[in-house]
Amino acid sequence: MALAQARPPLIDARIAELRLPDGAAWSMAARAEALDRLRAMGLPDRRDEYWKFTRPDSLVQVDAPRTPVSDPAEGLDMFGDIDRLKIVFVDGIFDPVASDELALDGVQIERLAGAAQSHIHWVRDVYGTLEARGQSPVARPLAALNTALASDGLLLHVSRSPSKPVNLIYVHNSETSDAILHHVIRLDPGVELTVLEHGPAAARFNQVMEVEIAAGATFHHVRNQESGHQQRAATHLFARLAAGSRFKSFTMTANGVMTRNECAIELAGDEASAHVAGAALGDGNVHQDDTILITHDALRCESRQVFKKVLCNGATGVFQGKILVKPGAQKTDGYQISQALLLDEDSQFLAKPELEIYADDVICSHGSTSGAIDEDALYYLRARGIPRKLATDLLTLSFLAEAVAEIDDEGLRTEINARLEGWLARRRG
Amino acid sequence: MLEIKNLHVDLEEEDKTILKGVNLTVEAGKVHAIMGPNGSGKSTLSYVLSGRGGYRVTQGTATLDGIDLLALEPEERAAAGLFLAFQYPVEIPGVGNLTFLRTAMNAQRKARNEPEISAADFLKLVRAKAKTLQIDAEMLKRPVNVGFSGGEKKRNEILQMAMLEPKMCILDETDSGLDVDAMKLVADGVNALRDARRGFLVITHYQRLLDHIKPDVVHIMAEGRIIRTGGPDLALEVEKNGYADILTEEA
Repeated sequence: MALAQARPPLIDARIAELRLPDGAAWSMAARAEALDRLRAMGLPDRRDEYWKFTRPDSLVQVDAPRTPVSDPAEGLDMFGDIDRLKIVFVDGIFDPVASDELALDGVQIERLAGAAQSHIHWVRDVYGTLEARGQSPVARPLAALNTALASDGLLLHVSRSPSKPVNLIYVHNSETSDAILHHVIRLDPGVELTVLEHGPAAARFNQVMEVEIAAGATFHHVRNQESGHQQRAATHLFARLAAGSRFKSFTMTANGVMTRNECAIELAGDEASAHVAGAALGDGNVHQDDTILITHDALRCESRQVFKKVLCNGATGVFQGKILVKPGAQKTDGYQISQALLLDEDSQFLAKPELEIYADDVICSHGSTSGAIDEDALYYLRARGIPRKLATDLLTLSFLAEAVAEIDDEGLRTEINARLEGWLARRRG
Repeated sequence: MLEIKNLHVDLEEEDKTILKGVNLTVEAGKVHAIMGPNGSGKSTLSYVLSGRGGYRVTQGTATLDGIDLLALEPEERAAAGLFLAFQYPVEIPGVGNLTFLRTAMNAQRKARNEPEISAADFLKLVRAKAKTLQIDAEMLKRPVNVGFSGGEKKRNEILQMAMLEPKMCILDETDSGLDVDAMKLVADGVNALRDARRGFLVITHYQRLLDHIKPDVVHIMAEGRIIRTGGPDLALEVEKNGYADILTEEA
């Protein structure tokens, strides 16, 4: 009980530091509700089961810990060969000069900050809605905090498939920046959209993305969270899928002292498909957590979770993944694999794979492993003249390949592979 | 070219001696065959020469053109011109065959201070060599050895050998798991590489591979030693009478 009494002051202190954007009037009801949710559940605490493997302290403390700025040019240097709509946020603040004009065929684009009330009636039905649904069966307080207090974000309503992807570029420029962005994406029936994200966003970054996918629509998401060594990030990806729709998300995580990526996906219509994949690279004092919940609540849906982590020099990787099959969700096909490649004895992988099934005619499988480099394969490569470090890098890419293969587009896959290779090449062997 | 003197080798993990004084010299331009029953130490010899972990050399030397092989890392031995065609080639998911080959070629060239091969030259070369081994473009693109049949894996080994152009080639039971047609294809690939400057050491159980790759010298190995050396006829004798006669005579 002492705990419950201790929590509200921290929330108040946290909130007191934050300011709502101008023109946010339309969202006030949703924000107030989110704040109520947050007060009811409290900020995450080490004793919470859902935070058993990850210390939330630095994500909830009032001020973002001071963090050296990593080279923003490096962050901007991705997806350069791909025709895309660039939208840039610097420390969570929209940068109109670096961004393209917010116009894309088939897509209505608004910003959360300063959005004119008349244009965004659709978003009222979505903003905070999926986040609120995602609060059950487990609480996600940092997402509620985000809904209540986000300073900006993008609102995308896709009525026709656009000709190019939307690329959200995050630049970190201030040692104390504490960015809270909330994106809402709505796909009309049958459309297809690709969203790319990259860059270290801020000293501390809290991000929510809500994606409402109508029947037969397809959402592709490729994210590169490569950052410096000190950045912190807590992200939430909420999605609800109608009949026959597809969701494919891939995240590359590299460095970052603390990263918590939560993903809550609801397969609400029959024959929908959701794939979530991740490739995480940790060298030294980093903690990378992927926490996934996929809920099957319709017939003949398919889901896949593929998470691979490469860890060395004391890095920690966490995977909490669950497939929840609700009563009546027959013919569910669910798959989950989480694997860690430990390049030395100092690193650790903490995994909690779960299946919770209330239907009797389903196929669900899960697996989790951690291991070292395969000595036979290493010898084979070296016997062909490939030096140990390079051979190790090749085998590491080989280990990550199943996750990278979840990216449909070959160009994007090539780009991600190049980033992974670059990271490995820079690592001292 | 390859000179092995009084080589004694133990297993690192167990207290067991596998090689008990191997003496062998393979001259440039010659094909030597080693035959012998299971457990005689044939494969161990190939592993020790190529630098696989898990073995401890307790006595003796092995040199390639005067270079002390045993002092080198596996990749340095490869760059020095030693090649082992594996009995069980390893599958490497997610690494394309072409990427693997080009990485290996360029790593060896770099180690020898030679310029790297360009992507265009490499492709031209690999396509030509693959064609003679009946390796199609699809197989070149696939991950290394993944989903390959036994015959495809062995042909892939010979392709690597052809691309890397080693001085000294060791073939460890390359005939195992091959049908007659596949064996012929592999043997043709090896024969195409026979050259006055290149040595071969062919390790095999059976004489049949030696019908296709004609050896100059045949050695019989048993219990960690070479117990008899002769011409091609020695292989025919083994085929006819088995190892038992020779083992009894030498005991």
